[in-house]
Amino acid sequence: MDNVSLKRYEMLKDRVPSFKRCFQCGCCSATCSARQYTEFSIRRIHTSFRRGEYEGLDQELKKCMLCGKCTLVCPRGVNLRSLIINMRQILDETKQ
Amino acid sequence: MKIHAYPYNDFVIPFLIGTVLLFCIIIYKYIRWIRKFSDEQRKVIRSNWYSWKIFPAIWEMIREGLLHVRILKKNLLLGIMHQAYALGWFLLIVVGAIESRDAFYTLQHEQSIETVRELDTQNGWFIYNKGENRDPEFLNPRRYRVETEDGIARIHYHRPFYVGIFYRYFVHKAPASFRQHKAYSDLMDALLLYVFLGLTMAIIKIFWSKILGMRRTTKHTLVDRFSKFSLWMIFPLRLLAESVTACLYGNGGFFTQAVGNLFDPMIVRGLETSVWMLYSLMLGIFFVTMPFTRYMHIFTELLLIYFRKIGVKEETGKTGYTYFELNACSRCGVCISGCPLDRVLENHEIQSVYLIRSLRNQERGSRLKMIADNCLMCDRCTVDCPVGIDLSALRRQTRDKGQIDTTGNYTYLNKKQGTFNAIGRVAYFGGCMSHLTPGITESMERIFNAADQKFWYMDKLNTICCGRPLQQQGFVNQAADLRKKNTELIEKSGATMLVTSCPICYQSFKKEYNLSIPVVHHTEYIDMLIKQERIKVRHDDRKVSYHDPCELGRGCGIYEEPRNVLNAVTNLQKTRFQKEKSVCCGFNLGDTKLSIEEQTQIRNASLANLTSKPVDAIVTACPMCKKAFQHATNDYPVRDIAEVVAENLIN
Repeated sequence: MDNVSLKRYEMLKDRVPSFKRCFQCGCCSATCSARQYTEFSIRRIHTSFRRGEYEGLDQELKKCMLCGKCTLVCPRGVNLRSLIINMRQILDETKQ
Repeated sequence: MKIHAYPYNDFVIPFLIGTVLLFCIIIYKYIRWIRKFSDEQRKVIRSNWYSWKIFPAIWEMIREGLLHVRILKKNLLLGIMHQAYALGWFLLIVVGAIESRDAFYTLQHEQSIETVRELDTQNGWFIYNKGENRDPEFLNPRRYRVETEDGIARIHYHRPFYVGIFYRYFVHKAPASFRQHKAYSDLMDALLLYVFLGLTMAIIKIFWSKILGMRRTTKHTLVDRFSKFSLWMIFPLRLLAESVTACLYGNGGFFTQAVGNLFDPMIVRGLETSVWMLYSLMLGIFFVTMPFTRYMHIFTELLLIYFRKIGVKEETGKTGYTYFELNACSRCGVCISGCPLDRVLENHEIQSVYLIRSLRNQERGSRLKMIADNCLMCDRCTVDCPVGIDLSALRRQTRDKGQIDTTGNYTYLNKKQGTFNAIGRVAYFGGCMSHLTPGITESMERIFNAADQKFWYMDKLNTICCGRPLQQQGFVNQAADLRKKNTELIEKSGATMLVTSCPICYQSFKKEYNLSIPVVHHTEYIDMLIKQERIKVRHDDRKVSYHDPCELGRGCGIYEEPRNVLNAVTNLQKTRFQKEKSVCCGFNLGDTKLSIEEQTQIRNASLANLTSKPVDAIVTACPMCKKAFQHATNDYPVRDIAEVVAENLIN
């Protein structure tokens, strides 16, 4: 855990400031269209990203269909669509 | 004997250089762009080149390229400004050419060498005067050849194309038999005044754009301003040059002669060629800068309108047509005033005019990305664009994320989704958003049942998205995967018609899919049911205002059906911004950059429009808009059209 770099997490907070408001209630995952079919869970992805566990995240993120239900139900006004797109981009940009 | 007479003076050189360069550059560019057309577009162009479609195309080229009817309808003064420049200048060129042709024709057929001697001294046909003899009442062409054929001398008057532009200089005095001379010069003066009217409007626009219906005008770059300055200077210089000549030789029309009479002939005599030189120089400068500035639109917009009207469409990737679109933008700034981000959020950087400029300047990097991403894609600018550039398509292209490896993304769908036998039924696709507004889907079920229509609610339990949100954000092949899955599902089911509740899905199914069955939005479907009397509804006494969802109204042109339905069941109130002017609810899926606070501001502006008159309810036809307004207000019930109809069902 000590070796975890939070650089990507900081980048994400910069690009999507509303992300800081998330209190992990899970409404987004509960309403998610992709969740109907798969284990896809934004809350889990979020936690992994925060912890610096990026393994397989890019594949997981591609399952999102950007339909926007999560953004609409979020009680904290987090721009989840922007969050997903930016996570994808950050993972892409910082790929080793 | 034959004498060749060429009207020429050194001052035509800048004009000639400018014209030659202009056409060389433009033709070079056009050839390059035309070669970049995709195969599909080439096929359309080839098959429609000589079809009946060219007539509406030519009509629109005249209507929008010269008359500017769309801008006129938007604002009279702004329309007059654009029309005066385009039509005024065009007519100056055309009438000038006709005038010089007529004058030279008269001359050619009435003057022979026998009469020249007399004419030289009395009738003063002046074509060019340089060298020893500076008497303007003397025929002295720059170059002439004397041909001896049969001993009879005739003067052959050549008419280079620039004569029309500098006609008053080359023809100081018209031949006596050219009786239309006065009428022509008055007409030309009237046209020049018409252009001056446009120029005055343009100057007013700098200081007081609101009077011309523009809340905000385009911020131009230095190059554009320089080019604009040279354009503005052309007409005063033309007036000056023609007035000086009119002062010396009295050949002006009512305006130039009046101005010319103010000058002292003794003073201006030596200045005549200099002012003509200035005029020609300004024309040359403008022509040379034209292909590199916004004035490239002058010819390009005509071609764009032609291509568009014969059926060429924008594609997902950049094609030759895209270049025509980018260069057809005159940066008039009409797209700025309607933009909700400009109106409500005071964001003056991301409007389509700036997107197009950045794309034309081949910018890359964060600025372009910021412009491209921060847009609701509500199409408000697209309906305003006077030349009909597909602005949302350009934005989608800019957002394109390229080919993404999608293997394994949606393989789970085959197993989970299964197939459904719905032969003879209507397929109903609620869409993702409708799952958050169960009132809409329940109402639709009630309406289907009331109409005794068997239906298949295809996404009752599980939904996959229609693909449009991914498409809008540039994940093109991911969206294509979803479309493929949905198409398979629908085509295999044997359904006869697809009804959707979500305008986003509707536009996707209608435009991006290629389904073999008709696709209708539930407003169209309900309208049809009422018209065919398959459902009976009562008329209540509520007053409602209707919000046109972007994707349904501007996106698909569905304005009348929801109004028919609402008029049948309730009292529909008109609002200030309705139909194509409707203000987006702020939650359109096109944008990912706006924060919830900014979206809320736009929504409130939209809501203020809907509640400007006392109403009992707000009605919309989109689950997204419904959700947005529902969050905003407790004072007004927010209903979907399906819910209003379901409430008023009789049977």
